Amino acid sequence: MDKVLEVKQLSKIYGNGCPSCFKLTGPEHNTNICPQCGSVIAMHNVSFDLYKGEILGIMGESGSGKSTAVKCLYFDQPPSSGNAVFYDEDKKFDLFEMNAAQQRQLASKRFGMVYQNPHLGLNFDISAGGNIAERLLMSEVLNYSDIRARATNLLTRTEVLSERMDELPKNFSGGMQQRVQIAKALATNPPLLFLDEVTTGLDLSVQAAILDLILEIQQEQGTAMIVVTHDLGVIRLLAGRTLVMKYGRVIESGLTDQILEDPQHAYTQRLVASAL
Amino acid sequence: MSASNHFGFLDEYAKKEIRRTVLKAVAIPGYQVPYSSREMPMGRGFGTGGLQLTLSLLGKGETLKVIDQGSDDSVNAVNLRSFIETTCPGVNTTTRTDEADVIQSRHRVPEINLREDQLIILQVPYPDPLVIVEASENKRKILHGEADYSRLLVKLYEDIVKFDEITISHRYPTRINDHYVIDPSPIPRWDVPKLHNSPALILLGAGREKKIYAVPPYTKAEPLEFEDVPFRVEDFTDENGQRRNCQQCGCTTSYLDEFVDSNTGKKVYQCSDADWCSEYMVSQSEINEIDTISDNAEVVNG
Repeated sequence: MDKVLEVKQLSKIYGNGCPSCFKLTGPEHNTNICPQCGSVIAMHNVSFDLYKGEILGIMGESGSGKSTAVKCLYFDQPPSSGNAVFYDEDKKFDLFEMNAAQQRQLASKRFGMVYQNPHLGLNFDISAGGNIAERLLMSEVLNYSDIRARATNLLTRTEVLSERMDELPKNFSGGMQQRVQIAKALATNPPLLFLDEVTTGLDLSVQAAILDLILEIQQEQGTAMIVVTHDLGVIRLLAGRTLVMKYGRVIESGLTDQILEDPQHAYTQRLVASAL
Repeated sequence: MSASNHFGFLDEYAKKEIRRTVLKAVAIPGYQVPYSSREMPMGRGFGTGGLQLTLSLLGKGETLKVIDQGSDDSVNAVNLRSFIETTCPGVNTTTRTDEADVIQSRHRVPEINLREDQLIILQVPYPDPLVIVEASENKRKILHGEADYSRLLVKLYEDIVKFDEITISHRYPTRINDHYVIDPSPIPRWDVPKLHNSPALILLGAGREKKIYAVPPYTKAEPLEFEDVPFRVEDFTDENGQRRNCQQCGCTTSYLDEFVDSNTGKKVYQCSDADWCSEYMVSQSEINEIDTISDNAEVVNG
């Protein structure tokens, strides 16, 4: 199988950090705040591989560092240490060795990101179509009719009525905003998509429709995805493999079925038991 | 010597700083170079950016033309010209574009093609075209550095969606030398093509915003556009498909101002560039004279 992403020992510390930070935090200490220096160890030694067309789930309670992982990979914030390599059509990008301009280029052309809050992913001052156009324009598509056609196409694909494409996203319902955000993320046909709590806060029927949409996209386009969620149902439906995080550490990883049916770590057992 | 009777009003250090800024602006076409922008005896926003450039570049024996919206007689032009006349003894002023060495202008580039030995200075109120899409100057600098103008293009996209055409009438964002996009000051779209490969050096000065930038001679200046929705200039065709002409000189190739005649209440059109208009009238009357002479000759011959 083709590898898309290879992440090695990614860590993120908020604060100055001290030599005993890693020894005194983590699930066995029940904290991610270093008692010595007060730094927050948001994420420590996260490593995984992601293959073409695969959906990897990252599961954990809030504050476990799961969003930090995707935000680092999407360059929203720099990691404190570790590296990640992105493989794209025979090219290799060492993500954290590139300069800021190269990172932005790569993120806008080859990655897609869908945030929990549509305000982070969409520009609310411009129309839904304009939001999609922005990503296309960044990728040097400079033909107006091509942009229109592509935006109509994407919005139809994500089941937003194309008659409403020239409306501002603030006129849309939460579920629609999320669909527009997905359409925007898909604008450049990215081989890698990050989904950060995409269904949280939406009602159940809308959740189901959006999850269906995500699965269809994965099957149609072979997009590799990282899905961050605290919802076991989402993990069960989408992810082939799953990482379970707690206090910034990966405490368990493996096939989703295995983790949900036969959890090894006490925390995962409690999590699965409480949800089922 | 006190500042007020120093040649060119500004002290030599101030002029030197502006000249240095100009060198940098020419070296990086379209890049907004920050400078100190001294206090002038008039409010910022009244053309102090252009004025400081003019004062630091003018020398004795040179000829200056000052334009405000194409005219030499509007209030801004008159005041700036008389200030420069007072503070720069030995400098000549003119209203003829082809006689001027330095042209300071507000809102227009002269109709006539400028020459290599001429210099045009434009007064700029808002130097940064990105200010409408990004409020933070830090972020704007990054966008300029990476030549990422996708958000400006989104504005154009939204215009076409709403109005079927790009509605920017002046200050049309223009890409210089394939990188920086500038705000070419409030010149109409008509004047934007004149920036492209201009033989004359074009300097733009924003006094309030403390920025100087340049379009060096023979440099690419391309208005932002879509492949299938090209940039176009103002259209002066009337209802009958006829190109409107200037009511004074009859010219059909110049940029026209629209007035309402206070007597008849009708719309009338007139060249915006006053010098162009009077030169055109002179050339037309010469042609008429030649015509009458040849007509007479024919009569004599007949």
